[in-house]
Amino acid sequence: MAAYARPTSLREALAALAEGPAVPLAGGTDLYPARVGRPPPERVLDLSAVAELRGVTQDADSIRIGAAVTWTELIESGLPDWCRALADAAGEIGGPQIQNRGTLAGNVCNASPAADGVPCLLALDARIEIDGRRTLPIAEFVLGSRRTALAAGEIVSAILLPKPRQAARSAFLKLGARKYLVISIAMVAGAVELAEDGSVAAARIAVGACGPVAQRLPALERRLVGGRLDPDLVRAEDFAALAPIDDMRGSAVYRRDAAMTLVRRLIGKLRDPG
Amino acid sequence: MSAPVSLTVNGRTVTLATASAARLSEALRHELGLTGTKIGCDAGDCGACTVLLDGRQVCACLVPVGQAAGRSVVTVEGLDDQGLRAAFLRHGAAQCGICTPGMLMAASDLLRRVPRPDEQQIEAALSGVLCRCTGYRKIVAAVLDARRASPAGDVETKAMGARRPRIDGLAKVEGREAFGADAVPKDALWLRAIRSPHHHARFEIGAWTPPAGVVRVLTARDVPGRNGFGIYPDIKDQPVLAEGVARYRGEPVLALLGERAALRAVDESAIPIRWTPLPHLHDPAAASAPGAALLHADRPGNLLTEGKLARGDAEAALAAAVHRAAVEIETGFVEHAYIEPEAGWAVRRGDRIEVTVSTQTPYMDRDEVAGVLGIAPEQVRIVPSACGGGFGGKLDQSVQPLIAIAAWLTKMPVAWVYDRPESMAATTKRHPARIQARMGCDADGRLVGFAFEGTFNTGAYASWGPTVAGRVPVHAAGPYRVPAASARARAIFTHLAPAGAFRGFGVPQAAIAHEMLIDDLALASGIDRLEFRRRNALRPDDLTVTGQALGPSAGLVACLNALEPHWRAALERARPGRGVGIGCMVYGIGNTAMSNPSTMRIGLAADGRLTLYSGAVDIGQGSNTVLAQIAAEALGVPADRIRLVAGDTDLTADAGKTSASRQTFVSGKACELAARDLRARLARLANASPEARIALGAGIAVEEGGRRTALDLGHLAPDRNGDALAGEGRFDPPTEPLDANGQGAPYASYAFAAQMAEVAVDRDLGTVKVLRMVAAHDVGRAVNPTLVEGQIEGGIAQGLGLALMEEWWPGQADNLHDYLIPTVGDVPPIETVLIESPEPLGPFGAKGVGEPGLVPTAPAILGAVRHATGVRPKRVPLTPARLRALIAGRSS
Ligand SMILES: Cc1cc2nc3c(=O)[nH]c(=O)nc-3n(C[C@H](O)[C@H](O)[C@H](O)COP(=O)(O)OP(=O)(O)OC[C@H]3O[C@@H](n4cnc5c(N)ncnc54)[C@H](O)[C@@H]3O)c2cc1C
Ligand code: FES
Ligand code: FES
Repeated sequence: MAAYARPTSLREALAALAEGPAVPLAGGTDLYPARVGRPPPERVLDLSAVAELRGVTQDADSIRIGAAVTWTELIESGLPDWCRALADAAGEIGGPQIQNRGTLAGNVCNASPAADGVPCLLALDARIEIDGRRTLPIAEFVLGSRRTALAAGEIVSAILLPKPRQAARSAFLKLGARKYLVISIAMVAGAVELAEDGSVAAARIAVGACGPVAQRLPALERRLVGGRLDPDLVRAEDFAALAPIDDMRGSAVYRRDAAMTLVRRLIGKLRDPG
Repeated sequence: MSAPVSLTVNGRTVTLATASAARLSEALRHELGLTGTKIGCDAGDCGACTVLLDGRQVCACLVPVGQAAGRSVVTVEGLDDQGLRAAFLRHGAAQCGICTPGMLMAASDLLRRVPRPDEQQIEAALSGVLCRCTGYRKIVAAVLDARRASPAGDVETKAMGARRPRIDGLAKVEGREAFGADAVPKDALWLRAIRSPHHHARFEIGAWTPPAGVVRVLTARDVPGRNGFGIYPDIKDQPVLAEGVARYRGEPVLALLGERAALRAVDESAIPIRWTPLPHLHDPAAASAPGAALLHADRPGNLLTEGKLARGDAEAALAAAVHRAAVEIETGFVEHAYIEPEAGWAVRRGDRIEVTVSTQTPYMDRDEVAGVLGIAPEQVRIVPSACGGGFGGKLDQSVQPLIAIAAWLTKMPVAWVYDRPESMAATTKRHPARIQARMGCDADGRLVGFAFEGTFNTGAYASWGPTVAGRVPVHAAGPYRVPAASARARAIFTHLAPAGAFRGFGVPQAAIAHEMLIDDLALASGIDRLEFRRRNALRPDDLTVTGQALGPSAGLVACLNALEPHWRAALERARPGRGVGIGCMVYGIGNTAMSNPSTMRIGLAADGRLTLYSGAVDIGQGSNTVLAQIAAEALGVPADRIRLVAGDTDLTADAGKTSASRQTFVSGKACELAARDLRARLARLANASPEARIALGAGIAVEEGGRRTALDLGHLAPDRNGDALAGEGRFDPPTEPLDANGQGAPYASYAFAAQMAEVAVDRDLGTVKVLRMVAAHDVGRAVNPTLVEGQIEGGIAQGLGLALMEEWWPGQADNLHDYLIPTVGDVPPIETVLIESPEPLGPFGAKGVGEPGLVPTAPAILGAVRHATGVRPKRVPLTPARLRALIAGRSS
């Protein structure tokens, strides 16, 4: 393949990749910053014009977010309220320049521990569509820091959000050391389905930047189901499986402590969406 | 090769040869010459490269050229919005101007969709562009005001005290201003440095055949003159290229010359440098311990220098005090983070070398370049480019020595622009400080004694370390009457990037300590914190801790009085989680107990053209404008009559460095004297008194007592600048040396200030939101209130960063997303009160304001956090993790 290709169909994109290794490129907001002072990759496969990767569509079962859809397009696509976590996260990614260019798919493929999209997708039980052919649950897609289940020559074609079968809500909260343009010290996302009587029918609560990959909190989720959305249900041991690190942005102790505060507030926000 | 890409740029269809995978910013700047789009990071972090792509703001550094195919790109050069530009000028929204193109483009994206945006919408729209100079508030105000027709008669004609737009402002808002990287000759060779990846290592460079496109490799052996530079005439300890030993991570050891693309493609690991890592010392305590290995053989104990002050018996006074307080505080490395990285280019002309560079100090550059080339200073010409922020960081050598050497040896123009990681890793920082201080007062809350011990981590080379160690003891006790004081500041070498000059030279660190002590004592004696400060404030005629009697310009009490109503109201609003704090400062203007003259010239051509030849460089703070206003006032002509030639060492006289808040006071006075000299010469030609009025309209005339004498200067032989008549003024502020106990008169003038901060603290997360600042500054006389406010607001933004978020550590924050500076959403509304207590020595009563804006901010914020939470920091920045730990009672 040439040094730079910008195919317009998925078939052409896959064919180009079959010719030899190339680095996929969507918005470039992770790719270029990783190469300051260095030339661009030798072979680039620009996915931004691939028709099948564009647009937010839906069918009876799910919402499909094309891999080339930017954060701004996501915000402007009018996502339903149960996707609020994702819309809120989109509005807090970097600044407008980054939202106008960066994609949710790129965020997931880049697999940074601090990727704001990932906990949202865990909470929304998303599936990652690969090459338009197969899908994987998000938890099986992001395998570690900067590691995904993509094999060489594969690309993500879309992200699928299954539609809840009953009333549902979601929310996202991010903690950073300044107002804008900030990498999360920790972030949390949650989604709940509510039974007719207002009790919690299903809950998924995820925490990011507190380990190599964002994680759900199964013990807390079980405790929430069947009852009310009560922040006091959150316990310190719910966070035992997290593996936060000490870095410039905060200590491991702090991250664990902050994650607990954020999850409590998240549950409050899910209860009173405002 | 990829297929050429066609697109419209500023309405014109162009076809680009730049590779499709390359950054759009590359094509705009290097292929199309549209250098209004600035590069501050190449990583999406600063937004200086913001352009519109199909009407939406994007970072041109993150867009592959290929994705612009068939689309429309608008850069600042093509921005069709005179109202927005005019509002930026009117509000002083552009200081250095490096962020201005990005800000304008981001704002225009918003204004196209929302013609009358509110403040919140503006902040969100501008949130992707960083500004290090303004503190953002004037930018937000300008955007709010962009759709207002510029009112007629808005521009004041009076000179002194007028809110005049910057003399150099139009070029900045039109994207025409040429910064260090913007006017590089097309045929220039480029330079790339290879730097030490180790904190401390021996190295040997093996034989190497560089790849095609790299034309020359330079090592220490190629330095024609002295392989050493440094601020002090007797300390030239920093090598241009290291010789066998690297003393910090980022120290240059090798320079490659060649084509830009070829240099970028060089794989560093292919260069045969054999590194032998050696043990490194990072902690000044370890570095100064007995037996520690020495960084420099001639510096026992790794002690660069020690500054001392002793007045009275501080220990006895403290022992007798009714209330005593003690603090221990540690501060981190702070990076200047100007949005323009170091940049410049050099060209050899016969036996002279010409260096165009972004700098704060052309004359020092001239002498350093001469030194490393082994030639006379007169053979060097420094032409300062526009400077995209300095804050002290561009008071050191960066690109200058190497580009000069490379151009000298190759006889080709040679350019070098640091990338952001290089700028962060290799250039100077604010000194990390470890301070222990004690203070005591009597039963009435009057200070009786003070003791201070500060260790400053000065990094691997001297840089401005001696200046910091000299300035700190003099300022350590703050703006208070303290009868007995002792202070010691030591600068210790370590294997870290050199700590140098940064707005305040160590005083901001010391101020954190003295203001914590004052709060402690106010609390202990049950006196309101503002009242406690007022009771102890230095007043006119008081003696400072150096035994110097203050002159009449000492307005701290007036500053505190101005804050008082705000303070009372804020105390009413305070509750757990919401607090108010106050910080005060004094700052000596100019060099500490050292001569620091400035010479200014003003020429008048026969056609009536007035030119100010100023060797002072404007780094965004506004000295070009201020000096022109002073010249106009002293000449008695409208300010817009003055044309400016600035900085060029061939065309101007030495005005000294743009540092120590000295240009308004020192160069301003020289400028006033030059203007008076010219005026007197003109008057003499007309047999009038020196006070006669100069009339420049149709022709040149002198008017006095109803008599008008027209002058024809055409018969005077023009000087080399083409002027018929010239005036010159020189001012060296009178100081007295300090004795062994730090007693003397180190400065001719002092600025005073008091600031107040209100904060909200999220006690569960440890985050702090600064809600509001009120800043009262005694500036002597505000030559241009808009510019003065701009300095204060910008200083406050940096002080906020120092207090809450900014900390650099080698290898961990060499970019602008791990190293956090305040964004538009972090700087609160700022109310500025200007106190004018005229300085008799200054031009029309003015003194300095460049650094004072920053000094009291961190103390005020930290005091407010303490008020809100009850905890006192041990270490700044007080990051969320540190604050939360203090609140939760954990140790770290
Ligand atoms: C200033 C700034 C602020 C930022 N702020 C945030 C923030 O607040 N929160 C946050 O989470 N992130 C943030 N980011 C990171 C980044 O913007 C996001 O991760 C973004 O969503 C990445 O998307 P992209 O389309 O730009 O990815 P790209 O840079 O184009 O690609 C990222 C990686 O994914 C691969 N890739 C992209 N698309 C595909 C695909 N379809 N199939 C296979 N591989 C693919 C690429 O090869 C590359 O390795 C920020 C970045 C910057 C520069
Ligand atoms: S240069 Fe593009 S964001 Fe800094
Ligand atoms: S004016 Fe904004 S960075 Fe200088």
